[in-house]
Amino acid sequence: MKSTVRDVGNVRVIALEGKITIGAGDVQMRSLVESALADGRTKILLDLKGVSHIDSSGIGEMVGCYTTVARRGGSMKLLNLPPKINDILQVTQLITVFDVFDNEAEALSSFSS
Amino acid sequence: MLYFPRMVRKAQMALQSRYENIELAEHMLLELGRECRIEEETLYWIGMALREALANAIKHGNKLSAAKRVFVEICAEPGSEVSIRVEDEGEGFDPSQLEDPTSPRNLLRSSGRGVFYMRSFMDEVRFLPGERGGTRIELVKRLHAGRD
Repeated sequence: MKSTVRDVGNVRVIALEGKITIGAGDVQMRSLVESALADGRTKILLDLKGVSHIDSSGIGEMVGCYTTVARRGGSMKLLNLPPKINDILQVTQLITVFDVFDNEAEALSSFSS
Repeated sequence: MLYFPRMVRKAQMALQSRYENIELAEHMLLELGRECRIEEETLYWIGMALREALANAIKHGNKLSAAKRVFVEICAEPGSEVSIRVEDEGEGFDPSQLEDPTSPRNLLRSSGRGVFYMRSFMDEVRFLPGERGGTRIELVKRLHAGRD
């Protein structure tokens, strides 16, 4: 899995690309979120535009990141869900848990509302 | 390329208990599926189920032991079905103990969705005692004649 990290205002935008799967992408995603928290960034936007696969470990890790960030008083939201990743979030009913956006500007402004 | 519509294609593998080998098995499935002209969309979801069966066998069955292997058999019959068997060398597994990951009290759990994935993406999912003492998972995806 590849990743790109940037800060827009006080929001850490983490763009992921490839597979978020057991033993590789799932661990990497967790590490990126923990780095954001270590840097004092508690508003996190995960851009999943380039993600092709997310297995149950990846989904579990995403939920774990979501709750970790929430416990720190922050929030983690999702941007640009590819159709198959959206299907997985629907079937697992996690679509009801995450705030999901398909426009980065709207996603960023939602953190201040 | 000649195409034999009813020809059954089969692949068998014995893999070490390493997550990297999940990629190998998925690659084999995709090769087999494309030879049989199965739709990419269908293959994607079968591949996701195969990944979960393998992850289950490697992590929960063989507990990542380098001394234990995972045995995989993929069988594709164009226009009929794709069937997959994944067997570990662990100590067995009782799927009846699993909770529903979509119930509100489990929704924020960080694990326990692997079997749910398999059941969501395949038409049949069976857990049986394996010949080597572990668990054998059997997955079946039925194909629609003329489309897959």
